[in-house]
Amino acid sequence: MTVTEPSKTAVDLVTLTIDGIEVSVPKGTLLIRAAEELGIAIPRFCDHPLLAPAGACRQCLVEVAMPDREGNVRPMPKPQASCTMTATPGMVVKTQLTSPVSEKAQRGVMELLLINHPLDCPVCDKGGECPLQNQALANGQGESRFTEVKRTFPKPIRISTQVLLDRERCILCQRCTRFSKEIAGDPFIDLQMRGAHQQIGTFSPGVLDFHVDLPYPVVRTSEELEPTVESQTQGSTKDESRGASHDHVTGTYAADGIATRGEAMLDESGQPFASYFSGNTIQICPVGALTGAAYRFRARPFDLVSSKGVCEHCAGGCALRVDHRRGKVARRLAAEDSAVNEEWNCDKGRWAFTWSTGADRLTHPLVRDPETGELEPVSWPYALEVAAKGLLKAREAGGVGVLPGGRLTVGDAYAYAKFARVVLRTNDIDFRSRAHSAEEEAFLSHAVAGTGLGVTYAALEAAPSVLLAGLEAEEEAASVFLRLRKSVLKGSKKVYSIAPWASRGLIKLSGSLLQTVPGQEATALGSAAAAEAVAEPGSIILLGPRLTESPGAYQAALALAASSGARLAWVPRRAGERGAVEAGALPGLLPGGRPVSDPAARVDMAAAWDVESLPSQPGRDATRIVDAAAAGVLAGLLVGGVDPDDMPDPAAARAALETASFVVSLEVRASAVTAYADVVLPVAPPAEKGGTYLNWEGRHREFPQALTSDALSDGEVLDSLASEVGVWIGLRGELSGTAELASLGRWEGAKADRPEHHTVPVAGTTVLSTWSMLLDRGRLQDGEPYLAGTAHRAVARMSPATAAQLGVQKGISSNVTVFNDRGEITLPLALTPMPDGVVWLPSNSPGSPVRSKLAAGNGDAVSVRLAGDQLMGA
Amino acid sequence: MADHNSNETSSDGGGWLSAFAPIAGFGVTFATMFTKVVTEQYPEQKVPTAPRFHGRHQLNRHPDGLEKCIGCELCAWACPADAIFVEGADNTEEDRFSPGERYGRVYQINYLRCILCGLCIEACPTRALTMTNEYEQLKGSTRAGLIFEKQDLLAPVLGGMIPAPHPMVPGTTEQDYYQGKVTQSVSEQQEWVDARHGEDEKAGKVESVKGGDR
Repeated sequence: MTVTEPSKTAVDLVTLTIDGIEVSVPKGTLLIRAAEELGIAIPRFCDHPLLAPAGACRQCLVEVAMPDREGNVRPMPKPQASCTMTATPGMVVKTQLTSPVSEKAQRGVMELLLINHPLDCPVCDKGGECPLQNQALANGQGESRFTEVKRTFPKPIRISTQVLLDRERCILCQRCTRFSKEIAGDPFIDLQMRGAHQQIGTFSPGVLDFHVDLPYPVVRTSEELEPTVESQTQGSTKDESRGASHDHVTGTYAADGIATRGEAMLDESGQPFASYFSGNTIQICPVGALTGAAYRFRARPFDLVSSKGVCEHCAGGCALRVDHRRGKVARRLAAEDSAVNEEWNCDKGRWAFTWSTGADRLTHPLVRDPETGELEPVSWPYALEVAAKGLLKAREAGGVGVLPGGRLTVGDAYAYAKFARVVLRTNDIDFRSRAHSAEEEAFLSHAVAGTGLGVTYAALEAAPSVLLAGLEAEEEAASVFLRLRKSVLKGSKKVYSIAPWASRGLIKLSGSLLQTVPGQEATALGSAAAAEAVAEPGSIILLGPRLTESPGAYQAALALAASSGARLAWVPRRAGERGAVEAGALPGLLPGGRPVSDPAARVDMAAAWDVESLPSQPGRDATRIVDAAAAGVLAGLLVGGVDPDDMPDPAAARAALETASFVVSLEVRASAVTAYADVVLPVAPPAEKGGTYLNWEGRHREFPQALTSDALSDGEVLDSLASEVGVWIGLRGELSGTAELASLGRWEGAKADRPEHHTVPVAGTTVLSTWSMLLDRGRLQDGEPYLAGTAHRAVARMSPATAAQLGVQKGISSNVTVFNDRGEITLPLALTPMPDGVVWLPSNSPGSPVRSKLAAGNGDAVSVRLAGDQLMGA
Repeated sequence: MADHNSNETSSDGGGWLSAFAPIAGFGVTFATMFTKVVTEQYPEQKVPTAPRFHGRHQLNRHPDGLEKCIGCELCAWACPADAIFVEGADNTEEDRFSPGERYGRVYQINYLRCILCGLCIEACPTRALTMTNEYEQLKGSTRAGLIFEKQDLLAPVLGGMIPAPHPMVPGTTEQDYYQGKVTQSVSEQQEWVDARHGEDEKAGKVESVKGGDR
């Protein structure tokens, strides 16, 4: 653990003596931290540098003497908890190293803590890395005087599908409850009972008698609601009936009605506990009271080899510790990086790593047999030969479009960008396998590419106000959410969100909603309310993934930033997007922010790449690549990790893959693209290659290869493919792409033009609002049922007035069907305060695949009917 | 050796004894013919080992047949030769292999590495792992064959035992097993196993699950 208190100026220093050594520390420093500065470790459990002091475990007792009014140093009558006491001038502290009183006090506390602790270290997951185990050996006494029977509880309680609680082991340090309240804002467990019966428990009506009607929208459906009412009115403790919402193994229940295995309990708001950050409580538990279902009994700390890692899921770039055993990742933990994720991460980053080890993992290159039409495993040289020949033929026959996808490391994205220009001689490359617009590309070229480290997490924390435009921080950038919440709780910070309705994440940020009809974010960004929100100097505007479907929004954001002086940052959804922009995986951009349209930039890059010239024709973006391939204009496609269902029009993407005469797919696992590919080249997942992600800040997040593997990165495969074609692109080594990109430097010339203004579409239909949930059907979350169990339930949201028009009656749960000419989606309806004529759906949650079913996005017109027949909307 | 020394001193001095020197060495051979023979006629005649001989390991069972191993890996931790590989798993009501929460799903000892030192035995918190006097199985013609799996190491099913998986004796806790309060399997457990066997047969699994002699 580290001292994270910001360093103060010398004026604020106080000087005290610890164990006879004089030390000066900033005013307000806790004694336990001051001792750390001297290298004196005081045993502790409840103390955590990022949580407020609690003094709950009493393990850190030390002897303290302070000067009185006359200046005589007088000892305090009893030992004091050093984790709650701040240093004052002239204080004399004696820790267990110099004071028998401290030592005796600490031994006594340890003996008390161990009285009811089961000492079942052999079966406990924490055994071997347990602060209680370590400190009992270091600071405890060998024997206990307690001979009576220990308190026992049924164990373990499943407080969510992925977090298990063993109350016997708990020492009531309250780290988990404090984390849930202070950091995540999802208080799902708390202390219950008194005295010897005190325990950590989940919230249930039987214990706390809370009421279920809430001021803010709650995901609740008919199945869920009815048992709640029943158990409340009857005062029963049948908790098991309340959580019957997730599909997973049914469990057993102990005699007192507490679920020991199986269904998740509900939190104090009556929701099944579905915090996105619950994994952190497991990590910070200083005993084995909280354990994770996925890692349970899998390994011991001494089995595990730890590597540094960076999360591959969102653009946050959280540092991870990847623990692996025998070539398989056993678990991932949040690593400490005070500049980025501090010590936290989200559950997706922690648990969603099994996707790359499933049965559909590609291990050998595959080539489609011309006779049978089946993909056959072949050798690398043969596959490369076939791929090279096919790509060359397609290049001559009309060109090859490149769709690298948004999950690449910087080096791999750079390899695609270089391969497209140098080998395929085209600018038809676009990493955006999602909704996109020309305006977005213009914005990225103008304001993002080649700008380096911009707005940082620290800046976000310090900013007096932050405007989230089209960004649901908790769902789409969890580490941004945690950092915002940290500063909101400190005071002064204000958060504003341009969205149709106030999500739970915004409520936890105490944010203000600038209510907007989807598609009209531009108007909201240009409004007086938005200008007022960022009026204070130092304000920040965060632009989220939704804006790309909102005409004029980027232009309005730039105008707002210019007029208010607020700083802008682009927060994409995927880990590789910022890196791909920097690497030039866009039709109008070369590496380092060099515009294709600028002849000087092209000459610059041609010289760097040692080619005569680069294609001057600006390329097609992803939609136009898909259209051109479907029309037979583009003969070939080179596809990276792209799911056709993520594309703006999945049917068109599939048609393009079908029509293109030659498709090369670079994939980790068999995917929808594999079915259309002529050559499939397997590539390494992040755990099996090293690389660098560029997070939304523009910060380089380098990580080494964790697992021994002979899988090749995308960059290495493309390098081999280029060699086969007869072009040397020199990207053989793991980090050579990143290094080469860095050596190119940033473009110093004229930036691309500002995005042009687009017209706002006509209102008057039911407008679809949608964004992705943190936990959804994403392919990178496959193979992790425990994690999927805590995903928020998919519901459709509408305003009460709009719902009333449909014929929804108050107090009756109903399902609605959202449809257009492509398909329909039926979900339970949740009435939510939001603009009339708008319906919200989660983008890719179970039962709600908006893209693949409706081929629609944020701001598109859809129709809605009650899951009967009534019609409304377009 | 004494004989050598006397020979050497006498040969140094020379004299009449040196005439016998060429055949003096046979004296040892001759004398040995009358001592007790230490050669063992293995494998025709097998001599029992010392009672505490460190032979092949055994994973013991509780008296009702549940396994004692909890998959804690302390044996693997203690092993100086890194010969043991263990992976724990959760006991469920459908598949209970040991009392309590955890059991050893994978248990391997690599006898190419094992030095039979017995530190694993000392580390075992449940006395699940002990050593037998058996040494004859610790040979083989393949490397893979010398990695003993859990089924190779498990103790035989004795009278009163039913092989796992099956539930704990009704009304008992994990503690009762460790305090020796469970002395043999009970009819409920046998019924559970029979019922399960019936289900398996229906499902087409031809796996024989039978209780030991009672």
